[in-house]
Amino acid sequence: MNKFDTITAIQTQLGEAVLEVKRKSAQRIYIHISADKLTDASRLMLEQPGARLQIATGVDTSKGLEVMYHWAMDTDGIVITLRVLVGHESPELDSIAPIYPAAEWIEREIWELLGITFKGHPDLRHLLLADDWPEGNYPMRRNHEVTT
Amino acid sequence: MNKRTIVPIGPYHALQEEPEFFKLHVEGEKVVQLDIELGYNHRGIEKISESKTFEETIFLVERICGICSTSHPIACVQAVEDAGEIPVPERALFIRSAVGELERIHSHLLWLGLAGHFIGFNTIWMWAWRFREDVLNILELITGNRNHYGMMKPGGVRRDINKTDIPAIRKLLDSLGDPIKMFRDAVIQDPLIHARTKGVGILTREKAIAYGALGPTARASGFDIDVRRDHPHAAYGMLDFDVICCENGDVFDKAVVRIHEMYESISIIQQCLTQLEKTGGPVDSNPRNVTAGEGIGFYEAPRGEVFHYIRSDGSNRPIRHKVRAPSYMNVPTNRETVLGSTVADATIILAAVDPCYCCTERMAATVDRDDGEHHLSARDLIRLSCEKTDRLMAETGLEGPSLPDL
Repeated sequence: MNKFDTITAIQTQLGEAVLEVKRKSAQRIYIHISADKLTDASRLMLEQPGARLQIATGVDTSKGLEVMYHWAMDTDGIVITLRVLVGHESPELDSIAPIYPAAEWIEREIWELLGITFKGHPDLRHLLLADDWPEGNYPMRRNHEVTT
Repeated sequence: MNKRTIVPIGPYHALQEEPEFFKLHVEGEKVVQLDIELGYNHRGIEKISESKTFEETIFLVERICGICSTSHPIACVQAVEDAGEIPVPERALFIRSAVGELERIHSHLLWLGLAGHFIGFNTIWMWAWRFREDVLNILELITGNRNHYGMMKPGGVRRDINKTDIPAIRKLLDSLGDPIKMFRDAVIQDPLIHARTKGVGILTREKAIAYGALGPTARASGFDIDVRRDHPHAAYGMLDFDVICCENGDVFDKAVVRIHEMYESISIIQQCLTQLEKTGGPVDSNPRNVTAGEGIGFYEAPRGEVFHYIRSDGSNRPIRHKVRAPSYMNVPTNRETVLGSTVADATIILAAVDPCYCCTERMAATVDRDDGEHHLSARDLIRLSCEKTDRLMAETGLEGPSLPDL
């Protein structure tokens, strides 16, 4: 299996939903896809040999909330990062936990720290923060203010 | 119908470095459900990191964990180097691998000792920790510290390994061979330990993959991953080593993987020392700034892959720093492994993923759901586990591992 077959497969299957492919280096590839194709893309990644979701990183940027799904391709020695962007107003993404249990905690953490709702998540509740943490208070947002 | 009782383990428990709360739902002796709650030790490291310079960030991540105190820095400096395209001298790569492998040996010995304690073999515990001291002595010789070595920096390492120190390091390393062989024989061949750990807390390969398990937890189940081999970093692409795998995914196999990994680590360190003797040169490329960009770095810590993501806007601070420790992926596998086991086995099953042992606080009690009365203390949980070993001894006439004088 050629290490770039996965990228070609994503481009073919997702078509126009692939917004940008950035090759940072030979081992690090970042693919920006449109958010509504996240489940399709994740399903495709899961079918690739040696694919393993390392973690997802959520970032609050000026353009919106960005979530990066870092997939390690253990047989190829590369990391493919799928990047999606959602708006600041009531951000939502499809949960991939139903097809991949490893994502369950990851999505709970992003939900509570960054305020992205994961549709279809089996158990979306606080992971790190206290159960009585105030609603709508997301510590990893840029506009978060520490109150005592 | 059996009455269901909840056995809380934690939030503060010697099985875990970070406080975590395992709620064992038991019916009689059998565990029927496990709830995991975490967040008791959430320190907001990722957020703090955004207010630190790149150099300070390395010291910050070194303090995420007292045992993986060089795995996080190695992963983090690699993420910074990836983001800023910073070159690293070859000599520094060998030093990184050598320190990382020393950490693996001390961590695995620590686990082995505690695992022995939990199933009632305190001799293993004492012996394992006695030889762990020798590893810490080597680390002190190389880095100046027994823990929190402060060795890693973007672009290289902070201290060189003096060629004059290498014979002394080799001598200490060689002296570890016999003790590890002793543990291997004592643990791997002992029928009583087989009875306590074989077929206990099985994680199947399919479940290991589904949960994204890492490190020895994954490899014991036959999920053959190791980022040292699969994504060569530090000096691992230039070194010769085997990735240890087992098939069954039970507590025994997790022990076997860790014991055999210590041999590989010794061999890796010896190879690094040979390279360091042969070559000279700088150990630091002295980068002046980190250009704008994003980078990913990881390292195979004793418990599995540590992952760091750094995004830089060209200033001297990261604008986003993501950290993922291996226990984050390994701890949820307990939901599979502990179901159907007895309370006496739960202690060793929960401990088998090695969920970062360090803190010594222990607050566990069995609470009756109806009257809220505490009737089992944490010490009782270990006692239950030890009693099972005693019972097996009486039934089988076996004596357990005997450790010779050295």
